[in-house]
Amino acid sequence: MSKSSIPVLKFDAVIVGAGGSGLRAAIQLSEAGLKTAVLSKVFPTRSHTVAAQGGVSASLGNSEEDHWHWHMYDTVKGSDWLGDQDAIEYMCRKAPEVVVELEHFGMPFDRTDEGKIYQRPFGGHMSNFGEKPVRRACAAADRTGHAMLHALYQRNVRANTQFFVEWMALDLIRDESGQVLGVIALEMETGDVVALHAKATVFATGGAGRIFYSSTNAFINTGDGLGMAARAGIALEDMEFWQFHPTGVAGAGVLITEGVRGEGGILRNSSNERFMERYAPNAKDLASRDVVSRAMVTEINEGRGCGPNKDFVLLDITHLDPATIMKRLPGIREISIQFAGIDPIKAPIPVVPTCHYQMGGVPTNYKGQVVREDGTPVAGFYAAGEVACASVHGANRLGTNSLLDLLVFGKASGDSVVHDVRSGELGLKDLPADFAERTLARLDRLNTQTGGASVAETRLELQRTMQKHCGVFRFKDMLVEGVARILDVEKAAARTEIKDKSKVWNTARVEALELDNLVEVAKATMVSAEARKESRGAHVRDDAPDTPANPNGRDDVNWHKHTLWYREGNRLSYKPVIMKPLTVDTIALKTRSY
Amino acid sequence: MEEREKLNRLRWRCTRRAMLEMDLLLGEFLERIYPTLTPEQADAFVTLADMEDLDLWPLVNGSRQSPDPVQAEVLALLASVRIK
Repeated sequence: MSKSSIPVLKFDAVIVGAGGSGLRAAIQLSEAGLKTAVLSKVFPTRSHTVAAQGGVSASLGNSEEDHWHWHMYDTVKGSDWLGDQDAIEYMCRKAPEVVVELEHFGMPFDRTDEGKIYQRPFGGHMSNFGEKPVRRACAAADRTGHAMLHALYQRNVRANTQFFVEWMALDLIRDESGQVLGVIALEMETGDVVALHAKATVFATGGAGRIFYSSTNAFINTGDGLGMAARAGIALEDMEFWQFHPTGVAGAGVLITEGVRGEGGILRNSSNERFMERYAPNAKDLASRDVVSRAMVTEINEGRGCGPNKDFVLLDITHLDPATIMKRLPGIREISIQFAGIDPIKAPIPVVPTCHYQMGGVPTNYKGQVVREDGTPVAGFYAAGEVACASVHGANRLGTNSLLDLLVFGKASGDSVVHDVRSGELGLKDLPADFAERTLARLDRLNTQTGGASVAETRLELQRTMQKHCGVFRFKDMLVEGVARILDVEKAAARTEIKDKSKVWNTARVEALELDNLVEVAKATMVSAEARKESRGAHVRDDAPDTPANPNGRDDVNWHKHTLWYREGNRLSYKPVIMKPLTVDTIALKTRSY
Repeated sequence: MEEREKLNRLRWRCTRRAMLEMDLLLGEFLERIYPTLTPEQADAFVTLADMEDLDLWPLVNGSRQSPDPVQAEVLALLASVRIK
């Protein structure tokens, strides 16, 4: 098919995704006078950034002494030394500036009596290089993400950013030199496929937490940016690193707070045994998150899970006085009734370790430019937020650093675009003749497929495979088998069939296209995890245990490096962790313990 | 707009929301309860689905009440949804 077969719209810059990072990047571009298009599958203020309620960290020092260097130390340590120290220094130094800017955009932060931004403590944030907790998190009640989106959206309206709402980007356009020239996108309301031709393309598409059967992520998080990047030959970095919570409602994924175990909740297996007594004789059900998660997965993997698929354990509070449950845990009772169909006063809640956040992503530098393996930028391509791997979170993310990541790297990527467009480095190069061919072939295949697999069933198989073979606690044989199984899922996904072939508002087609993206992320995760023969941060393997030579199973000699996964040939490569910060001394490797 | 198109648009807006809890509740409601609503209730549901999650959630869990009687009926049905 020739390029004249789809309409082409021209912009200086196109941003894919309108959550926190996309909106923050858009402000830089629109206020600089660049003609900017922002595509989003949903109205901007309905992005998943809303779910981030805890706060945004910055060493403002409003409540007590604080310093960006201490914040940097905490972030490096939290990352289990896999984070790049130039990017981490950049983020922590920029934090006060972007938070104050956000305040000027109208963000209704909680305040101290003196009128300063109020700050509270948050796990992992310490003063004086890990000495004692520090108050560093800035919040707007429990609506921080929501309030942030509203402030950023209003600023964009003022700057005349052009939004394309209920549009899904399908593929990246690259020319022979590898330069990125925009995206091909689908407008759901018309079913039209359109090219958005731009000098610069920014991915701000969020994470892909829906690759797991149990996930706290909203349905929108299908890793569209990751799928598009992978299909365009861009590597995905450190995709084996995913953050999990121990107790999500099995199936639904909705979180059950740790407070339930604090009130006396007990975890039980299919024999009704209080199995935590075997794993942590002293702390039992109140052991740390990773210990509890690993114990739960071991029970499930050894056949002592509950339910028809033996794939969850039970959180039991039936022994507590109903009056205590009603008084101390009313929200949990409602959630359990609504999302597990179980009244926890009468029966235990099915729970499973649940995926929460993606540390890996499209490789970028601290300027928000997408980079090749050798660190050189891919011309015309930028990324920020959960889709990107700068890498500031490394092997594990600190709470409140996700909203900070959005602000700092959303702004940085925007500044880089403005610089690269104004300096004349990026012109509007001609589109290659065949630029839409692969995308149109993918759509044609969906329209003509017969006798293929159902999208919902294939997605479920993908999610169950990831949960079972590549969950919070990982086993060598399961990972090896998982690689084979996820490649089978890929084959089924290549033959999905949709019954509805209509053009306008065809949600079945959109879900099939989302599945294509989930498949790329699932492969990247499984293959990268199988290969990394150590435990580090959120990647924990049974065959890489805690020993004096390798504390916590971490093997710096062989594995202190970033993974790069390429779609073509399912190939892996590695690159060094950047240990040299921008201005300060390296924070040297040491054992991570809290 | 055809009925199929309207329903698909509503399905998208019910299942691509900011929070997982609301994807689950509104998606389930759309499949099981929405087809049984009166035209007035269906309109009230569309209005509710257009709300943002942090505004809708307190209405569903009962910490806030809707002044509109038809909307209150729909909210009671929404609160009765069970995800299995």
